[in-house]
Amino acid sequence: MTHPIQNFHGGVHPEENKQVSTQSPIRVAPIPQQVFVPLRQHIGEPARPCVAVGDRVRKGQIIAKADGYISVAAHAPTSGTVTAIALHPVPHPSGLSDPCIHITADGKDEWIERIAVDYRTTNISTLRNHLRDMGIAGLGGAAFPTFIKLNPGAAGAVKTLLLNGGECEPWISCDDMTMRERAAEVLQGAAIMRCMLHADTVLAGIEDNKPEAIAAMREAARNCDFPVEIIVVPTLYPSGGAKQMIKLITGREVPSGGRSTDIGVATFNVGTAYAVHRAINHGEPLISRVVTVTGNVGRAQNFDALIGTPIQELLALAGDAPEPVTGYLMGGPMMGIELAQTEIPVVKATNCILVKSDRLFPPPPRALPCIRCTRCADACPAELQPQELYWHARSKNFDKAQDYQLFDCIECGCCSYVCPSHIPLVQYYRYAKSEISAREKEQQAADHARSRHESRLMRIEREQRERAEKLAMKAAVKTSDAPARPADDAKKAAIQAAIERAKIQQADNVNNHPSTK
Amino acid sequence: MLSSPYIREQSSVSVIMLKVMLALIPGIAAYVWYFGPAILISLGVASIAALIFEAAAVAMRGWPVRPVLMDGSALVTAWLLALSIPPIAPWWLTVAGVFFAIIVAKHLYGGLGNNIFNPAMVGYAVLIISFPVQMTHWPAPLALAGHHLNLADTAHFIFSDTLPAGEKIDAISSATPLDTLRTQLQLHRSVAAIEQMPIFGYFAGKGSETVALMFLLGGVYLWLTRIITWHIPLALLTALALVAAVFHFIDPQHYAGAWFHLVAGGTILGAFFIATDPISGATTPRGKLIFGAAIGLLIFLIREFGGYPDGVAFAVLLMNIAVPLIDAYTQPPVYGHKKVQK
Amino acid sequence: MSGLAILLGAALGYAAVRFKVKEDPMVEQIDAILPQTQCGQCGFPGCKPYAEAMATGKADINQCPPGGEEGIRKLAALMGVEFKPLNAEHGEPKPKSLAVIDENICIGCTLCIQACPVDAILGAAKQMHTVIASECTGCELCVAPCPVDCISMVPIAENVATWKWKYPLIPLKALH
Repeated sequence: MTHPIQNFHGGVHPEENKQVSTQSPIRVAPIPQQVFVPLRQHIGEPARPCVAVGDRVRKGQIIAKADGYISVAAHAPTSGTVTAIALHPVPHPSGLSDPCIHITADGKDEWIERIAVDYRTTNISTLRNHLRDMGIAGLGGAAFPTFIKLNPGAAGAVKTLLLNGGECEPWISCDDMTMRERAAEVLQGAAIMRCMLHADTVLAGIEDNKPEAIAAMREAARNCDFPVEIIVVPTLYPSGGAKQMIKLITGREVPSGGRSTDIGVATFNVGTAYAVHRAINHGEPLISRVVTVTGNVGRAQNFDALIGTPIQELLALAGDAPEPVTGYLMGGPMMGIELAQTEIPVVKATNCILVKSDRLFPPPPRALPCIRCTRCADACPAELQPQELYWHARSKNFDKAQDYQLFDCIECGCCSYVCPSHIPLVQYYRYAKSEISAREKEQQAADHARSRHESRLMRIEREQRERAEKLAMKAAVKTSDAPARPADDAKKAAIQAAIERAKIQQADNVNNHPSTK
Repeated sequence: MLSSPYIREQSSVSVIMLKVMLALIPGIAAYVWYFGPAILISLGVASIAALIFEAAAVAMRGWPVRPVLMDGSALVTAWLLALSIPPIAPWWLTVAGVFFAIIVAKHLYGGLGNNIFNPAMVGYAVLIISFPVQMTHWPAPLALAGHHLNLADTAHFIFSDTLPAGEKIDAISSATPLDTLRTQLQLHRSVAAIEQMPIFGYFAGKGSETVALMFLLGGVYLWLTRIITWHIPLALLTALALVAAVFHFIDPQHYAGAWFHLVAGGTILGAFFIATDPISGATTPRGKLIFGAAIGLLIFLIREFGGYPDGVAFAVLLMNIAVPLIDAYTQPPVYGHKKVQK
Repeated sequence: MSGLAILLGAALGYAAVRFKVKEDPMVEQIDAILPQTQCGQCGFPGCKPYAEAMATGKADINQCPPGGEEGIRKLAALMGVEFKPLNAEHGEPKPKSLAVIDENICIGCTLCIQACPVDAILGAAKQMHTVIASECTGCELCVAPCPVDCISMVPIAENVATWKWKYPLIPLKALH
């Protein structure tokens, strides 16, 4: 039962701090009074609301539909009344607000009718649409719509279904706890995905710092009606990254810009497999997930929390912070994002709420110049040359940064972690990436405007030509008639009258709404 | 506000520089043992001069002085320069070298992280070109010296250029093995005969070969603590040994063997401490091999066919120029870009 | 000797043909840099005419406010001339904005439709008009013709989708 492991390049060994949140089982968080369900919880187009303010919704009812191909639906996490569809702070590095559906819970937690689907007898395209409408997106952090990855494409294209149980970020333990407590359900989800993909082999990669999860998954695998191999991989950040996990287990690399399916591997987070199982076998959409609440809290623990729950509710459950709080992170300390407020809701990508203190997360020391020591290059799991990327990103030489494959950077943070000069390297890459993307968008907009302008010029020219031809024809027919002056005058008078009316209305508007002008 | 990651490894530029200095200590101790305390004085002079020049440059550029001095890079430059020049050279020679290293080679190029050339080697090159006579006054090994200077006498000599009454410079100084080899070869003596002279030890210079071995020990420490990688030292030493062995094999009368070249002069110090300077050296693994091998080759060429007895400084400086080119052509493949996949 | 000269000459001639850089016409290259707002602030009726004027030396490179300083730098690099700051006669760079029609006031006169260089305004005579936000370049050409002043320019607010990561501000100098 020993599967060959091929190490990926680089990686780092931060202190794990996972045991603090694995002491007690997953606790179901109580229903909050109000939930905020963002429309943009997944990668791709935001969902389109399909309820109105004032509507009563039941638990699991679809409240926003997938819009466009790369999109999934959103659902009411509990029964209650839609009180607003408006901006609300969301977990995003910008700290900005985004449209959310606000629901005031009625406490009854009344379900819609849940209909299980037999995946063995349902065709794949129906299953995929079902998963989209059930709102299933990857729970590992990226929240990519799961149904898109469950497209078998050409027959036999995906040979391997890989369950990613590599939870490499320090502090986080939600996948660990999911595997410990829900291993059988995870594998039932895997059974569905295996069937949809026509995959030959099912593998699960778990790091060796989770012996309980490995044991639980092995036990569940023994009771499975298809072979599942549980592969233990060394604990090394970022082994939980899909590309790194694939390299560890298959020895192959996902081509740059491509997907893992290009090399015949489909990778899913274990939590996602569980969500697929709930959606297909129980008819339950993705309305809750396991969230680790840890760090500077009284009792670190994993919660099964409803999507849309403000994080302050979970923080209250985790007890008073023993040290002065210096901030909140969503995700782990290596890749997490800062949360500016505690009204921000739990979303599908929220694997962890990490409360900071100065002792646990000291502020960064002063940055010194880069001495090109290349520790970053030694640590980079994408095998980039971070010192070159930094040099070019810092000098805003974006073309050069792209020459050094900036967009292959997975922003794992290993380079910043090891940098003896304490340079915030990843932030430079994020800055460069978003500048490049913005420029590309601007260029597309400019090209679009150019073509529209050109077609307008052509249209005007054509219209003028046609008018001239018509006039010439008319002139040929009636040679003696007087020009239609009176008609023109009438037109002018009409415009004048309309302007007067508009002025009156405008004056009215100003009087009625003094604040609008 | 800065973005993730929010945790960092315990490491800093200061710690790296401190470890480099720590790694130099065994070599310095051996130096004192075999050649007297002069090196301690020159290290002190160089250190103080480096800190003053660095502080002045940083202050003039409007940067905070203390944190920059704390990074330790100026001290490392000072030590490497002091270890490259004769320790009994007059104090102003050391200061002038440090001036060129810190002010010209480092700060005029933009300060730490921006210098193209190895600052210590720039200082050395300026001195050997400008003051060739003073640069040949190497202390004789104590075992061969006609007179032993104590610390006070040495200081007196370095600062006021006067020896105790009745002593001559020839009594305390001697030519280096590399110098001796060069001049004796011109007198048509064979390598084997020259190596019988008292200045020579088992491999190269008496005393200096032990110093070199101590530097090797420090270099291994740097490798073990992952301050440097094996690429540059190994490539440098291998290339130098290979080319020396080939020439020695063809014409043993006129070319010293591989061991001599490896241990003599600044080879070991250069391979582990100078060529491995990350700022002015190549950064990619393949680039480091090319960079190191080319330095090794150039050291041999300069020693055997050039105008200067030792070639480490010029070899390093020449290859510093080639670094951007080497790095650009040796970029390792990025994840997902490799052509051949199983 | 002369044989060598002929040989080298032939090699050079071949190289000139073989490695000839196929150049886009200058106008196209200049036009590609211009932001295509078609606003006419440069004094020409659109970006293409301005590009043509620049290519023939009849206009300077610093007449395009929407292109901003970066646009001028790109033009300077392309044309091999010195950078110069934006000529204030042609206006100031402004944050990107969209035209918004107050539909209560609009009388449906179609004058703005005729003014819009990219056909971004929908509507017919006596029907209320509206701006297609995704097509609007923010050129402001529709604002002046409106007889009832119902068009306003609204700066585009930053949202989650358009937000950009900031340059890390940690210069050595600033930290004491």
